[in-house]
This record gives sequence, structure tokens and C-alpha cells, in this order.
Amino acid sequence: MRMTMLKKFLIAALFVPLAVLASEGVKLDRAPDRSTDQAALQNGAKLFVNNCLNCHGASFIRYNRLKDIGLTEQQIKDNLMFTAEKIGEPMGISMSRKDAKEFFGAWPPDLSLIARSRASESGSGADWLYTYLRGFYRDETRPTGWNNIAFPSVGMPHVLWELQGEQVMGAEHKLTLARPGKLSSKEFDDAVGDLVAFLVWMGEPQAQFRKQLGVAVLLFLGVFFIVAYAMKRAFWKDIH
Amino acid sequence: MSSSEKKVDCARRNLVFASAAVGGVATVATAVPFLASMAPSERAKAAGAPVEADISKLAPGEMMRVEWRGKPVWILHRTKEMLETLKKTDALVADPASKRPMQPDYIKGDSRSIKPEYLVVVGICTHLGCSPTDKFQKGAESGIASDWPGGFLCPCHGSTFDLSGRVYKNKPAPDNLEVPPHYYLSDMRILIGEDKKA
Amino acid sequence: MSSTNFEKYKSDGSLAGNVLEWVDARFPLTANWKGHLSEYYAPKNFNFWYFFGSLALLVLVMQIVTGIFLVMHYKPDASLNAAGVPVAFASVEYIMRDVPWGWLIRYMHATGASAFFVVVYLHMFRAMLYGSYRKPRELLWIFGVFIYLCLMAEAFAGYLLPWGQMSFWGAQVILNLFSAIPFVGDDLALWIRGDYVIADATLNRMFAFHVIAIPLALIGLVAAHILALHEVGSNNPDGIEIKAKKDEKGIPLDGIPFHPYYTVKDIVGVVVFLMVFSIIVFFAPEMGGYFLEFNNFIPADPLVTPPHIAPVWYFTPFYSILRANTVNFFWIDAKLWGVIFMGLGVMILFFLPWLDRSPAKSIRYRGPIYKGALAVFVVAFVILGYLGMQAPTPAYTLVSQICTVIYFLFFLLMPWYTRIDKCKPEPERVTQ
Repeated sequence: MRMTMLKKFLIAALFVPLAVLASEGVKLDRAPDRSTDQAALQNGAKLFVNNCLNCHGASFIRYNRLKDIGLTEQQIKDNLMFTAEKIGEPMGISMSRKDAKEFFGAWPPDLSLIARSRASESGSGADWLYTYLRGFYRDETRPTGWNNIAFPSVGMPHVLWELQGEQVMGAEHKLTLARPGKLSSKEFDDAVGDLVAFLVWMGEPQAQFRKQLGVAVLLFLGVFFIVAYAMKRAFWKDIH
Repeated sequence: MSSSEKKVDCARRNLVFASAAVGGVATVATAVPFLASMAPSERAKAAGAPVEADISKLAPGEMMRVEWRGKPVWILHRTKEMLETLKKTDALVADPASKRPMQPDYIKGDSRSIKPEYLVVVGICTHLGCSPTDKFQKGAESGIASDWPGGFLCPCHGSTFDLSGRVYKNKPAPDNLEVPPHYYLSDMRILIGEDKKA
Repeated sequence: MSSTNFEKYKSDGSLAGNVLEWVDARFPLTANWKGHLSEYYAPKNFNFWYFFGSLALLVLVMQIVTGIFLVMHYKPDASLNAAGVPVAFASVEYIMRDVPWGWLIRYMHATGASAFFVVVYLHMFRAMLYGSYRKPRELLWIFGVFIYLCLMAEAFAGYLLPWGQMSFWGAQVILNLFSAIPFVGDDLALWIRGDYVIADATLNRMFAFHVIAIPLALIGLVAAHILALHEVGSNNPDGIEIKAKKDEKGIPLDGIPFHPYYTVKDIVGVVVFLMVFSIIVFFAPEMGGYFLEFNNFIPADPLVTPPHIAPVWYFTPFYSILRANTVNFFWIDAKLWGVIFMGLGVMILFFLPWLDRSPAKSIRYRGPIYKGALAVFVVAFVILGYLGMQAPTPAYTLVSQICTVIYFLFFLLMPWYTRIDKCKPEPERVTQ
């Protein structure tokens, strides 16, 4: 544990000057990889449904797909399915596009693919989301009263502020916690990690299966290669 | 010389067979996902999922329609009098005991239902797929026959069905109306499209 | 290679033999089998570079098959569905999530598009290494350049179909190139789009081009390419004609039947290719944003351009040439010059067989000047490709201008520097 902390510190110390030179925008924090952690994904689903799904849809995800992260149909129906009647329906929102535009001034984007579309040269989509969701701070010049370090002049208010508390922009472009929320800063990071893991999962629900299948396919092709190469050798023996 | 050539040929042939076998497996394994992609998608499955029907407001003698997999499913609340007619029509219909498989195992007898008062059938004529109209009025007023006990008439080719959806003899339709898989979630709620899980 | 030279099949009396004889009497089955496979004599010294022709054919078949299955589910429709997402975009995600195995078919098709260009670029580079475009293979090369042009059109049309932000804005930029043409440009761009912006009409016509019009042309050209190859015979790494030395039966001394020797060899190449292909499809289908661009996971929005747009990697060398010119001269503005240079950059490939005046075909026997020129050319082409993906800065623009000049000088000076180059004598027979 201490070793990894030390290592992290050293790596960070090495790269800080580089990062400062290289990045014009904000440096993204690395999101934890919880793509195979079903408990984290389920917690992320709960956070998503309770906090995001009121305004943002996830119209490419059907509720019954949540069985893939280890939930039963009954659990989904009882705990998560508030915007649909049937388990096979997508995770949409009841608000119409027009109403949303009038209410928020913009259409809150569908979040099914947010993790894939937010990837860039500066980091994965998960890194961006992890930085963004923890990067809200008080800014009275904004109509919502909130601004964000990863998304300057963001239109969305800080939905998770009760959990995180209020941050303010301090000296040297660093955020400091002005008023604590229900969760400690470590607990909050952990919760956001779960939520981000779920957003990543939604971007490509079959990603884990894809990788497993890939291993099998490559093993098979390995066998095929041995046989095909032996056959080639057997034929080419008499040439030259 | 000739014996060594034979040896080489043998090794070659075995390798050709082995490659053909592995290549064949590869071809089949690749074909499976492609062919499977033509099966109903999650969207089609969601649209074809079982539907719930609330029958608490269905008065005796009335019928409601529910859509299941794009087909009309009728739920008819039969009165005692209506159920009486089934005994008479027993002799007039083509398959009175429903021997041909047009219903799940748990649908038996001349009422063709789980609870005799409630008939649940797919409202699609077994002849060529029209949806029959209900003719619950008795006798000549129905416009069918003076001794008509009430039932259904297909407007396309004139097939007639009794109040259990059994087809009359000598009509174009070959079979009784289909009874979909269904079960009672509670007294007044039916789930159509799924057998009761054991 | 006339197909009448081969004897018709004679049945051995078995049922299968009788059927074969019946068919062969009515169809040139034996003739084609022998003429193109079992008695097509290919040089025995093919090396690694000679895998890419058969691999290109494999990718073509793969694209057609995966494409057929994608068309079963894809909808070219720019209107918005109930959730406010364009139908075309939603139908791609429908394939990715709702269609059984749809994700695999789609990833294969998307990866296949990039793989096609990788294989074709390497195949073309092989021709430049060993002088495969030289007499008597000029027409073979010309068919090949047409195939490359078709591929670019096919890839461009196909890239619009997912109807994401990069699809939309990429098409916007490329179709606006037509408006640079004097007098008729604006009307021409309007006619190609079929609307005042890239719209449903554009999407539908690109769909028609992508799924039927260009594939038909492509298949025809590939057939012509193979027929032309088998008429003149394959070149080889030594760049000498194996037909010059034949035995008493008329078989080239350095030739071996394509089947079984190169079929078994190509199978090994195919398996290795499939391994690389599978690694991408199963472990990195986005390929870090090079094969599937991140912005294309956002539905097309005509009101918002993404901050950084770049074409897919296989177009970027020519895109760089397009952007390299920043000055107006000869009363023609910079934009039109860019379009002209980009067009010339592709068209100049057609003239390669006549620009090259070297006495030797293969790089093995060419002098140091050509070797150096080819190396500089490849480096310039790769730099152009890289710069095409970057946002332009003054320094980058200067580098791309230098590389553009190198690109054209490689071709335009070729008649001069290939003639003065010191070539080594070519061997009589192929070497190993």
C-alpha cells in the first residue's frame, strides 16, 4: 500500500512538469477501473437512476439489460425502474424534448454514449467524467451558481452537491472544499467512481464479453496458424 | 525414392485434412453470429413481451381487446347463459374437445379457459388471418341464422366460431381460434404471453 | 491466356465425374480452375509483400458480407426519433446493442474499412518497391489506382452513414470542396448534397452509393485487375520476367503453380492477418480514436461543430496536401489550389508507369538515388498523414508545405533521377 503510494507520487512528480507544459485544458484525474466490479456497477446504477435519469435519458439501454451487472428482474423493477412500465423498455425520460429545452435552455444530452464520446487525447471518457463530476465549484457569475473545471461555463447545476458539499476556486486554479457535504471527500470520490463505472458500462454493455470472446478467438487462431504453417511447410518442401 | 514420396504425400494429406477441419470450424463459428443476427432483436423481444390485462372493469357479457405481439387478444367475460350455449354447440363444431393443439396444455374442455367465465383467445381467424367480428346477439337479429347462439363471424370468408372460439363444421377455417399462453397474476389481472412458471 | 487451351474434363465414370463432365462441356470450369489457379504459374520467390493482394480480396469479401448483414438493420434516416436521436444514429446503436451479435458485425465492418486501406497502401508500396507497375503491367496498375479511388469514395460515403458529428462535419468539409470549382462550384455542391446543408437527402444518396453503386464498380474493377494480372503474369521481388525462360513444355523455369503453393502460403497470411484483425476488433475497436472517432459517438448536430475535426486516418495525407496551400497565385485562390493539388496528388499515380525510366524494375537492382527518393517520399507521406490529423499551426503548415513539395517532386523528377541512377545488373533467373 505504502509502496504504491510512493510509486504514484514519484510518477506524478515525474510527469507534472510535462503535463503542465502539454495540456492547455485541465489535467484529468484518472478514474478507477471498476468495469468488472458488479457491486460498484450496481451502486453506480442506483446513483444514476436517482440523480441523472430525471433529466438525462439513456435511451439505448433497456432496463432488462441491467441483468448483465448482476441484478435480477425483480430488483430492477423494485429499485430502479421509475421511468418505464415494462422491463424491456429503454431508460428514457418522460419529459419531452421541447419542454426540456424551455426548462433548461438546452436539451440535456442522452447519456448512453457519454463515456465513449468524451474520450480525447487528454484521457479516456471515464477520466473526463470522473474529473467533471467532482469538479463543480461555486461561481455566482453563472446563472445556476455553479461552474466546472473540466467543462467551463457548464449549463448543468451541481446535482450531487448535497453529497460533495460546496467547492470554491482557490488560488492557483485549485479547488477547495468550502462547506462539507454528507460524504467525506474520499467517500464522494468513491461514489463518483461507481457512477463513472456505470456510465462506461452503458457506453458498451457487451465490452467484457467482447474481450472474453477475443481471447477464445485468438487461441483458436493460434491453433489454426500452427496447422496452416505446417501445411505450408509440407507443400513447399520440394520448391527451391 | 517412391516410398519416401509416399510418406511426404501422407503427411501432406493429413495436414490438408487438419487445415480443412480447422477452417471448417472457423467458417461455422463465423456463420453462427451472422445467422443469429437475423433472430428477433432485443427491441422485437421487448415489443413482443407479455402484456398485462386488468379485467376488473370487464362487465359480464362484454369483451375487451389487448394487443400482444401485434395481434388482437380477446378477453370475453362470459355470462352463465353464454356458457350454457357451449353445450349445444358441442355437436356443431369441428373439434369440440380441442384435440388439435391450438391451446396450451392447461386449457381444456368446452370452455377452453382457465376460469370458465373468462375466455382468452387470439382474435385471428385460423383460415387466412382476418380478425373475426363478435356476434353476441342471438337468433335472426344476428343476421347469421335464426338459431344462432352467439359467437364470432369472420368477415372475410364467413367462418363462424362459438363463444369458446371453436370453429363450426364445414367452414373454411381449419382450426379453433388460438388460445395464447397466459395465467392469472391475481384475481383480476391476467398476464398474456407467458405460461405460469412452475 | 486463352481459356480454350485447356482440355475439357473427361469423366472417370463415377456420378460426380459425369456431373463434372456435363458442367464442363457447358461452362469453362476446368479452364478457369487451371488458368487462374492450378496452372497459373507464379514466380517462386514471392516474399512477405506479396501477401497483401490476397488479403485485400479477403477484406473485400468480409466488407461485403458484414455490409449485407448491417443493411438488414441500418436505417438511412436523418429525422429524429421519439427520444430526440436521429434515426440513422439510433439504428447503429440498435445494431450495437439490440441485434444479436450486431456489435461484432459492426466492429468487423468498421475495422475492415481501416484494414482495407492498410492492406491496399502496403500493396501499392510493394508495387513501388519492385516496379510492378512497369511494362507490361501498366494497365494492371491503372485498374489498381481506380480501385483505390473507388475505395476512397466508398469509405467517404460509408463514413456518413452512422450520422455522428464526425460523419456530418467531415462530409460538410469534403463536399464543400466542390464549391471551390469556379462558376459551377456552388451549384454543384448543392446538387451533390440535394439540400442546402448535409441532410436526409444527402444521407440517402450516400447510402445508395455505399451499398450498391460503388461496390458494383469495385467488384468489376477487382475482376479486371485480376484478369489483367493473369494475362501478363505476376512480377516478383527481382523484377525480372519469369516468362523469358521456359522449359520445353512452355512452363516458366522459375514459376510454380499458384495452387497449391500460393494457396497454402496465403492461408498462413490470412490467419496471421485475422489474428491482428481480431486483436483490434475484440480489444481495441476504437483503436484509440483512429478507427472510430470519439466525436462520432455524438449524434450529428448541424448547429455545433466539434472543436477539433479531422478525417479518418486513411484520408489525412491528402487532406494535408489540401490544407498546405495558403496563398493565392495566378488569380486562383488558395482554396481552389488546395483542391487542385489534392486531386493531382491522386491523379499523378496514374502516370507512374511512364514517369519511371529506370533500367531496373526492382529496388534490389536500382541505384542509391531511387532508394533515397523512395525513403524520403514514404517519410513525407507519413508526416502528411500525421499532420492531417492535427489542428493546423504555422509550424505544422510549413512542414506540410515542405512534405507536399517532396510528394510532388518524387513523381515529377522521376524521369530525370531514375535515368541517371546507377543500377546494378539484373540477374538472369530469380534469386531467393
